[in-house]
Amino acid sequence: MAQFNLPKNSQYTEGKTWPRPAGQNVQEFRIYRWNQDDGANPRIDTYYVDRDDCGPMVLDALLWIKNKIDPTLTFRRSCREGICGSCAMNIMGQNTLACTLGIDDCQSGQIKIYPLPHMPVLKDLVPDLTAFFAQHAAIEPWLQTESPTPEKEWRQTPEDRTRLDGLYECILCACCTTSCPSYWWNGDRFLGPAALLQAYRWLIDSRDEHTGERLDTLHDPFRLYRCHTIMNCANTCPKGLNPAKAIAEIKKMMIAREV
Amino acid sequence: MADNRPEIRPSIRTASARVKGLGPAHHGTSEWWLHRVTAVSNVPLILAFVVIIAKMAGRPYPEAVALISHPLVAILLILAVISVTNHMRMGLQIVIEDYVHDKGLKIAAVMANNFYCVAVAVACLYAILRVSL
Repeated sequence: MAQFNLPKNSQYTEGKTWPRPAGQNVQEFRIYRWNQDDGANPRIDTYYVDRDDCGPMVLDALLWIKNKIDPTLTFRRSCREGICGSCAMNIMGQNTLACTLGIDDCQSGQIKIYPLPHMPVLKDLVPDLTAFFAQHAAIEPWLQTESPTPEKEWRQTPEDRTRLDGLYECILCACCTTSCPSYWWNGDRFLGPAALLQAYRWLIDSRDEHTGERLDTLHDPFRLYRCHTIMNCANTCPKGLNPAKAIAEIKKMMIAREV
Repeated sequence: MADNRPEIRPSIRTASARVKGLGPAHHGTSEWWLHRVTAVSNVPLILAFVVIIAKMAGRPYPEAVALISHPLVAILLILAVISVTNHMRMGLQIVIEDYVHDKGLKIAAVMANNFYCVAVAVACLYAILRVSL
C-alpha cells in the first residue's frame, strides 16, 4: 500500500535549541536536521536569527545560521535570485525557493523549514533528486528533427515562439513534482509535473519533428495518466507556471490523435 | 503491508533504467476518455434517476411497477446503470492503482472490482427488465 505514515527511522524528534543572539528583532526558525552518519532519527532544531544583521529572504537567514550559528546546517543554494532552483525546500508547509521567499512573507513567529517532501534525504535540507532528473532526461528534452539541418538555424514564427512562454521558464527546482500526491504514491512510474511540463514544452515546439514519438513514450496509464488534476503543482510553483495545464494539454493532444 | 515494487529494493540499476522501467504501455487514452464520457453521461442520467425515484416515493408497488414499465423510464434507468457502473469500475481501478502497490493484492483488488461492478450492473439490469417487461 501507499505509505501514509513516516517509517520509524524517519519520524523526527525534538532537536537542539541553539543560542539566541542578543537584539530585539529576532526571528525563530525550526529546521529539519538529519545525517546518515550518527544513526539517529531526524530532529527539528531551533535557531534564532538576528533580523537586523540578516538579509530579507529565508535563504539569507539560512546562510546567517550557517555562517554565525551552526556551520553543519546543510542545504543547496547557488544563484540567490530564483533562477538556479537549488534552494527548493518546504517552508511553512509549501514547497518554494528559499531565495525568493521573504522572511516577512512567512508571517509567522516560528518559520518551519523541511526538505522537499517524499524524497530520499541525503542530509538536512538536501533531497536526492537523481530520479527526478532521470525523469526529465527520459522525456528527451532537446530538439529532435529528421529534415536536413538548416545552414543557420531552425526558424520559428513569433507566434509559435510565444507558445513556449509559461513553459521554458521552468528551472527544474522540483517544487511541483514533490508537492504532487500522485508522485508521492507512484513516483517510480508517474513522470511528475516538472518532467511532463518539459515534455509539453517540446511537444508544442513548432520546430520539433518527433511529436508523435514523444506522445508515444508518454502514452501510459502511469507515466501521464497518474495526473489526477490535483493542482498542487500549479499552486506551489515558485515561478508561477502551471504544470497541471501543460499536462491537460498533453491529454488533449492524446485525444486529438484518436478522436 | 508489503510493498514489493522492484524499484524500491536496493539495486545498482541506473536511474535511467529505473525510470524507463518496462516502457510505455501505449494505452490509457481510451480509458481516460471513456471515464470523461461516462462522467458527462452520468449528469443527466443520475438526474433522471433521482426524478424517477422521487416519483415512486410513498407510492404503492403497482404504481412503481407501472412507472418503470414505461419504455422511456426503463431505458433511462438501463442507461444510468450502464453509465454509472462503468464509471465506478474505472474510477475504483484508478484508486487501486494509486494506493495498492503489493502486486498480488493489486491484481486481486482490480479483479474483485471488475467482478463487483459487473455483478452490480447485471443485477440492476435484471431487476429493471424483470419489472418493466
